[in-house]
Amino acid sequence: MLRRMFGAVATLAAAYFAIATGADQAFAGLGQPSPGEMGLQIAASPVMEHITQLYDVVNITIIAIALFVLILLLYVMYRFSEKNNPTPSRTTHNTLLEVAWTIIPILILVGISIPSFRLLYEQYSFPKPDLTIKATGNAWFWEHEYLDQKVTITSNVISDEDVIKAKIGDKEFNTKYGALEGIARNKALYTDSAAVWAERNDLRKLTVDQAIAVPVDKVVHVLVTSNDVIHSWTVPSFGTKMQAVPGRTSAVWFKATKVGVYHGQCSVLCGKLHSMMPIVVHVVEQPVYDKWMAALQAKDKKGAGAILKADAEAHATKAVAQVQK
Amino acid sequence: MGSTAYGAHDDHNHTPAFFSRWFLSTNHKDIGTMYLLFAIFAGCIGGFLSVMMRLELENPGLQYFADEGTYNVFVTGHGLIMVFFMVMPAMIGGFGNWFVPLMIGAPDMAFPRMNNISFWLLPAAFALLLLSLFVPGTADANGVGTGWIVVAPLSSKIGHPGPAVDFGILSLHLAGASSILGAINFITTIFNMRAPGMTLHKMPLFVWSVLVTAFLLLLSLPVLAGAITMLLTDRNFGTTFYDPAGGGDPLLYAHLFWFFGHPEVYILILPGFGMVSQVISTFSRKPIFGYLGMAYAMVAIGLVGFIVWAHHMYTAGLSVDTQAYFMFATMVIAVPTGVKIFSWIATMWGGSLQFRAPMVWALGFIFLFTIGGVTGVMCANAGVDRSLHNTYYVVAHFHYVLSLGAVFSIFAGWYYWFPKMSGYMYSEFLAKLHFWITFIGANLLFFPQHFLGLAGMPRHYADYPEAFAYWNKISSYGAYITAAGTLLFLTSMLYAYLIRKEKAADNPWGVGATTLEWTLPSPPAFHSYETLPRIAATDH
Repeated sequence: MLRRMFGAVATLAAAYFAIATGADQAFAGLGQPSPGEMGLQIAASPVMEHITQLYDVVNITIIAIALFVLILLLYVMYRFSEKNNPTPSRTTHNTLLEVAWTIIPILILVGISIPSFRLLYEQYSFPKPDLTIKATGNAWFWEHEYLDQKVTITSNVISDEDVIKAKIGDKEFNTKYGALEGIARNKALYTDSAAVWAERNDLRKLTVDQAIAVPVDKVVHVLVTSNDVIHSWTVPSFGTKMQAVPGRTSAVWFKATKVGVYHGQCSVLCGKLHSMMPIVVHVVEQPVYDKWMAALQAKDKKGAGAILKADAEAHATKAVAQVQK
Repeated sequence: MGSTAYGAHDDHNHTPAFFSRWFLSTNHKDIGTMYLLFAIFAGCIGGFLSVMMRLELENPGLQYFADEGTYNVFVTGHGLIMVFFMVMPAMIGGFGNWFVPLMIGAPDMAFPRMNNISFWLLPAAFALLLLSLFVPGTADANGVGTGWIVVAPLSSKIGHPGPAVDFGILSLHLAGASSILGAINFITTIFNMRAPGMTLHKMPLFVWSVLVTAFLLLLSLPVLAGAITMLLTDRNFGTTFYDPAGGGDPLLYAHLFWFFGHPEVYILILPGFGMVSQVISTFSRKPIFGYLGMAYAMVAIGLVGFIVWAHHMYTAGLSVDTQAYFMFATMVIAVPTGVKIFSWIATMWGGSLQFRAPMVWALGFIFLFTIGGVTGVMCANAGVDRSLHNTYYVVAHFHYVLSLGAVFSIFAGWYYWFPKMSGYMYSEFLAKLHFWITFIGANLLFFPQHFLGLAGMPRHYADYPEAFAYWNKISSYGAYITAAGTLLFLTSMLYAYLIRKEKAADNPWGVGATTLEWTLPSPPAFHSYETLPRIAATDH
C-alpha cells in the first residue's frame, strides 16, 4: 500500500512538473479532472492559459516564501536551542530588519499585482461575441438558450439510476431496486452502475443528457442567471466561473481553442442535488456546429446529440492514435 | 466596580457552594473554565460531524448519507459549531476571561454579572442549533443545509421551507448577543482596570489581541444580526430584502454577511496570535521582538479586515473595478501578517529555546499558518481565484489558517496555561505525542485538498467524479489520524487532572514567563490581586 502510494506520488509529481513546464499534454485529460491530478485542468482558452501562467508564478513565489520561513524556523530551532545557546540575548529591536520585512513583502505583492490586474481586466474585456448563450440555473439543472438561434437546451445530469435503467429497462430496474431505500439503494446503484459507466465510456457525475456545443476559436458570451437559488456556471478549462444570481444577469466570455468535450460542475451550494448539475460543453469545428444547430432548429434533439457523440468519439480515437504514435 | 463589596469579601476568600459557584458565577476564572469546557464539548460534536463528512468522502458514491441534503446539514453544523461554539468560546471566552484580568492585574472583569449572561447565552444558542438538526429544513430533509454563511436565497423559504433555518437564525442571534456583551466587557476591562503602571504599551500581546478582537466583534456582529433579522422577516413576515421578485437582492445578503464574515475570521485567529506571542517569548526566554510593531500589526489587520469582504464574492458578478479594489486591499493584509511571522522568528533568534509542549504547538502554528497565509495571497488574486473559488483549494486554505492555525494556537495556549488553571502539570510525553499525531494527521487531511481544488473539485459535494477519489481517500485517512489525536488529548487531560495529579509550580516555565499570571499561585485563589500589583520596569 505504502509503496503504491509513493509510486503514485512520484508519477504525479513528474506529471505535475510536466504541466508546470508547459509540456504538451495528451488529449485524455482535456476538459475533465484526471485521477490524482495535482494541478489546474489543462487550459483550453486564452484566459485560462493566462490564469495558469499567473498561478505558476504566484505558486513558485509562495512556495519559496513558505520554504524560507521553514528554513529560518529550523535554523533558529537548531542554533538557538537551550543546548546550543544557554544564555539568551535581550535584543528586541533592529530598525533595518523591521523596515526590510515590511518593504520586501510590499515589493513582492506589487510584483504579483501587476500581471494580476492585467489578467483580471482581460477576463472582463468582452471581445465582440460570435455567439451568445444564456445559461439559467435551476434546482438542479441548467437551461442553455442560444439567444440568436432561438434554441433552448436543458442539460439534466445522467445518474447511476439512469444508466442502469437504460441498460436493463424500467421493469427489471424496479424488480431489482424497487424495494431498496436510502443508503442501501445508493450503494447498490453505485456498485452496479460502475460496469455500465465503463461500458458507456461516460464520466460519472459529469455527464448530461443534452450537452451544449460551441464552435472552436470563436468568442462566446455566456449570460448567467437563475430561476431560484444561487448556482454557479463553471467550466475549469475555460477559466470561467460565474454565479447565477436570481434577479441579476452576469456575463462571462471564453474563446475555446481546442476541440474536445469540457466538463464543469455547479460551484455554489444550491441544495440537495448541488453535485448533480454539471455543465458539459462540446467544442467542435464550425461545420459540425452548423450541422448540430441545424438539427436542433429542425427540432431533432436526438440527431443533434448523435452528431456531438460521433464527433467526440472521432476526436478521442484520433487522440489515442496520436498518443500511441 | 463595587470595590468595597470586594474588599469585604476577599478577606475570607471562600468559594461559594456548587450551584452558586457554577450557575450564578460572577468569577472570571470560573466563567473562563466553563467556556473552555463548553468549547471542548462543542468541539467534540463539531469534530464528529467532520469525521462523518470525511467518512462519506473517502470513496465516491454515497455510503453513509441517505441523501446529499443531510451531508449539507453536517457541513453547515460543522462550520457553525467550530466557529461560534468552539474557537470563539475557547479563545475569547475561555483564555480571554481567565487571563486578561490576570495579565493586566485586575481583580475580575469589569461587569462580572454581564460575564455570566455572556456565557449562559451560549448553551442556549448551542441548544437551538442542535435542535435545528432535528426539525424540517429543506422540503425533504431535517436541518439547515446552507453552509455556515446561511446563504440567501437558499436559506429563504424557497430553499428551506421548514423552520430549521429559523432555529439557526435565533441561535446566531443569541451567540452574537453573547459575543457582543463579552466584547463590551473586555473593552471596558482593558481600558479601565489595568493595574497602576500597566500602560497600554506595556500590556502583554495576548491582551492586545483580545482588545482588537473585542472591537472587531463589537463592530461586525451587529451587521450579522441585521442581515439575519432581515432573513427572518423575509422568511416569516413577507418582506423581500433578498428576493428580487419584491425588489430585493440576494447579493445584499452576501455583502452584509461577509462584512461580518471577514472580520469574523480575524476574530478567530487574532487571540491565537496573542497566545503564540506569549508562548514564543516565554520559551525563548527573551522579550518579544518589535513589541509595538506586533501590537499595531494586529490593529492594522483588524482595520483592514473590515474593507476586504467582497473577496468572498469575486465570482458573484461584481464589477471588474470593484474586484480590482478588493484584490488590492486583500493583498495589503499580507504585509502586517508577514511582520508578525518574522517578528516571532526574530524573537526566537538569539534566544535559548526550550521545546516544551506549548512551544512545539506554537512552532507548528507558525509554519502551518504561513502556508495558509500564502495560499491566501493566491486566492486574493481575483483573476486566479476565478479557478479556485468555491473549490477545495479554498477549503484547504481556510483550514490551514483556522484548523491548523487557530486550533494549534488554542492547544499552545491550553498546554501553556493548563498548569496555571488546574494546578496540575500535564504529561509532556502525551502532549508531544498529541502534537505529532495532530500535525501529521491534519497535514495529511488538508494538504491534498489543494490538489483537489486545483483539479476543480467544488466544495459542498458529498459525491464526486472518480477522478477525485485518490486525494479524497488520503485526506480522509488524515481526518481519522487527527481524530485519534483528539481522543488522545481528551484522555491525557483526564489522566493529568484525575490520576497523575503532579502539582504545578506557580511558575513552571522559568524566567521566560514574565507576565503577571505567573506571580500568582497555581491554581490562583478564587479572588486574585487583593492588593493591586504595581508595574514598573518594562522589557520593550
